Amino acid sequence: MQASVIVFPGSNCDRDVAVCLEAATGKKPNMVWHGDSDLPDSDVIVLPGGFSYGDYLRCGSMAANSPIMKEVVLKAQKGAAVLGICNGFQVLTECGLLPGVLMRNAALNFVCRNTHLVINNNSTPFTGQYQQGEEVVIPVAHNEGNYFADDATLDELAGEGRIVLSYAPDDNPNGACKNIAGICDASGRVLGMMPHPERRAETALGGEDGKRIFTGLVEALS
Amino acid sequence: MSEDMTPSETTHINDTEITPEIVAEHGLKPDEYEKVVAHMGRTPNMTELGVFSVMWSEHCSYKSSRKWLKKLPVSGPQVIQGPGENAGVIDIGDGDAAVFKMESHNHPSFIEPYQGAATGVGGIMRDVFTMGARPVANMNALRFGDPSHPKTRHLVAGVVHGIGGYGNCMGVPTVGGEVNFDSCYNGNILVNAMCVGLARTDKIFYAAATGIGAPVVYVGSKTGRDGIHGATMASAEFDDASEEKRPTVQVGDPFTEKLLLEACQELMASDAIIAIQDMGAAGLTSSSVEMADKGGVGIELNLDKVPCRETHMTGYEMLLSESQERMLMVLKPGREPEAEAIFLRWGLDFAVVGTLTDTGRMVVHHEGRMIADMPLGPLADGAPEYDRPFTPTPPALPAPQIDTAHADETDISEALKTLMGCSEIASRRWIYEQYDSMVMGDTLAGPGGDAALVRVHGTKKALAISTDVNPRYCLAQPIEGGKQAVAEAYRNISATGATPLAITNCLNFGNPERPEIMGQFVECLEGMGAACEALDFPVVSGNVSLYNETNGQGINPTPAIGGVGLIKDFEKAVGNAFTQADQYIFVLGATKGHLGCSLFQRFVMQDDTIYAPPSVDLDLERKHGEFVRDMIDNGLVSAVHDVSDGGLLVALAEMCLSNHIGCHIEDDNTMGFWFGEDQSRYVLVGADADKIIAQANASGLAVTYLGKTGGAELTIAQRIHISVEELHDIHENWLPDYMKTV
Repeated sequence: MQASVIVFPGSNCDRDVAVCLEAATGKKPNMVWHGDSDLPDSDVIVLPGGFSYGDYLRCGSMAANSPIMKEVVLKAQKGAAVLGICNGFQVLTECGLLPGVLMRNAALNFVCRNTHLVINNNSTPFTGQYQQGEEVVIPVAHNEGNYFADDATLDELAGEGRIVLSYAPDDNPNGACKNIAGICDASGRVLGMMPHPERRAETALGGEDGKRIFTGLVEALS
Repeated sequence: MSEDMTPSETTHINDTEITPEIVAEHGLKPDEYEKVVAHMGRTPNMTELGVFSVMWSEHCSYKSSRKWLKKLPVSGPQVIQGPGENAGVIDIGDGDAAVFKMESHNHPSFIEPYQGAATGVGGIMRDVFTMGARPVANMNALRFGDPSHPKTRHLVAGVVHGIGGYGNCMGVPTVGGEVNFDSCYNGNILVNAMCVGLARTDKIFYAAATGIGAPVVYVGSKTGRDGIHGATMASAEFDDASEEKRPTVQVGDPFTEKLLLEACQELMASDAIIAIQDMGAAGLTSSSVEMADKGGVGIELNLDKVPCRETHMTGYEMLLSESQERMLMVLKPGREPEAEAIFLRWGLDFAVVGTLTDTGRMVVHHEGRMIADMPLGPLADGAPEYDRPFTPTPPALPAPQIDTAHADETDISEALKTLMGCSEIASRRWIYEQYDSMVMGDTLAGPGGDAALVRVHGTKKALAISTDVNPRYCLAQPIEGGKQAVAEAYRNISATGATPLAITNCLNFGNPERPEIMGQFVECLEGMGAACEALDFPVVSGNVSLYNETNGQGINPTPAIGGVGLIKDFEKAVGNAFTQADQYIFVLGATKGHLGCSLFQRFVMQDDTIYAPPSVDLDLERKHGEFVRDMIDNGLVSAVHDVSDGGLLVALAEMCLSNHIGCHIEDDNTMGFWFGEDQSRYVLVGADADKIIAQANASGLAVTYLGKTGGAELTIAQRIHISVEELHDIHENWLPDYMKTV
């Protein structure tokens, strides 16, 4: 499986996720510069966490208009898997690959802590190594993770099993609608999630609950 | 750049008469001004006066403190670079180096807490990455006023948002720190930021500029009018009008600093850089003076080339601006194009603004005129060194004797609950959850432990980092307080299993022109120096912040210590929480029940008298540290916690919290035993009691058996029962409840 990580100038989890991808695939991912308009063929494209262009404007809105994102959207339409983590999730909503928006956290503070998550759908290429309904611990670190969409969209997401990850009911860190932590598109091949699986992918960092996202991708896409 | 000059441009401009009032506005004393004139051989013009005033400010010149800083131990086999560079550097084996420093941003943070704290964090990270290191951990030591003071809540919220706003965007984890509340900080909070970076020992970059004719290059953000005279502000006392100084607070842009970090790292991978210096306090002035002076050369600047954010900036403003996220570099001649390509790719300004000369002078041109021509030596090192008069701190009263009879159960339970929920001990979760503590994927132990542990990426090694000082001890007996601050950093690092290697410091004091304040400074440094010497824990970098006073009211002496240690195999490290039931609990070190300066005295007895703090036996401190590290290395203990603020029972209660595991303590004892703050003590927990006792005996040390872990309560002698859940809630709720109140 070949992975590519998109590097925006303010990305700061690009190296962290590259470490996990390399561990899972056995080879280094392509690190693709935001200003490029060529995206090497990839089975999975990762939009990492960080502050893409500083996020002084609405998070991810400038990144969504960067040259490389045109390619990402094209590749996604052709069936490449796309994983947006944290800022990457924000970029995916801004570029229209995923519905809804990530508003400022309800408590108006940045929040960095472990959260308990429920895997609601294990039939995506990202979640195949989790049990349906399994509860896992993966940390969040964001200021704008409060997922919002209109009721029709929320019903559609819920009805189609596209709320892939949700915060445990008593552990919603940001006020997100329906405790949404991660959603996928209709094809199931584009996943946006606020929690950082790359931060919990080895026991030395507290656990391996996040690792199966990456090993699962290898299993599903190889 | 000489071709830019016209031949007629040989005289300095002098269009404003320098009056005693103008000199005073620049913070220079009349006798200091006389010295300036003597060094110049003529009256300086406004620009030159401005440059001298910032270079000779307390903040830049250390004129009151230098004499005493020279006495601190600064060497050791582990030290690669001691004080005097942008940051200290120590050897951590295998060609790796740790680069670190702590710095204050007190005055700006009081005036404008968000930007003040944010730019403090930005500045200290720049100091570290200027040396060629990638920052891997941030820490902060914060002191706020009394919780009941009307400004405290606003300042806490602003400072925490500012630290998070900057560090989170940079993608450098904030892994720990400390927070105190005390009315002495009501009008003068302290924001001390520490940054630790990693570099290769053969790729350290320094500030000394060499190579006559080499280009001087400006990179980073554009220059604006923000922060002009920040260094001078940091060198004066506050009064009620200080908030009018808000325009002298800089505004931070962490995104630009992130770009600057990445661009510098990219350029540093080549060999194009001769010298590099960040533009911090006193901006372009101090960076160019320091680089040229350290290299023993001269420097010529053309301000027309400086990228500016605003139009019509004068030379005076450009030289003194403290706009953030800027660096000055000297490149090897001819390497400008490759460097420029890197900085442009990262969207940053790049401009050749000058050249090195052999004149030993700083010459500045602007709009076709020479606007300054000054000798570098006096600018850098010519500030008067003051041997300020000081009076020794009078001896504190002997510590109070609390009745030694067994206290009744309500007393002990209530005292413990009071302390667990007091402003000094209550959980800092509300603060540290606003910091990204995990980015970079190497934080093994983040906020909440004795010391933070950050892995050296791709290795088994980890750095242990702790910030410590007890300002109340320092107030009561500065020598003991200074010792204790260093010893506590040593203890916190040892408690994880890491070997303490070196410290940085941030020395926050009041007005040094008052002999009693100068006495506190001299004595704190005496204690610190003794502890550094005895513990092989040298000072490699630091910062002095004086004039922390408002309306004549000085802060408690607060010499914050930032300690760094190394553990070679992080898998051996232990935390400070009980990990399982049925383990044996011991305390290492004698418990005499010293209640002077304790939190028990302050919050339970509610007695503000200044009694003597506990003293530190440095020889014993070292032995205990070595013993604890040995026990951890041999896998004989599952948890270790140093006994500090609040004493033994607070330490035990804290150990119950993380994993919700209680403990049964066998014997009753006195209030002094439970809450005294005797030094050099650790709680040790392990499965094999006999081995722990045997090892201690073999080392000639005293361990006292206390009881066993387990259950959902902390119990004493089957008489006192306190629910861990209740302790947890008391401990967790204070700060969020406080911040919620309007």
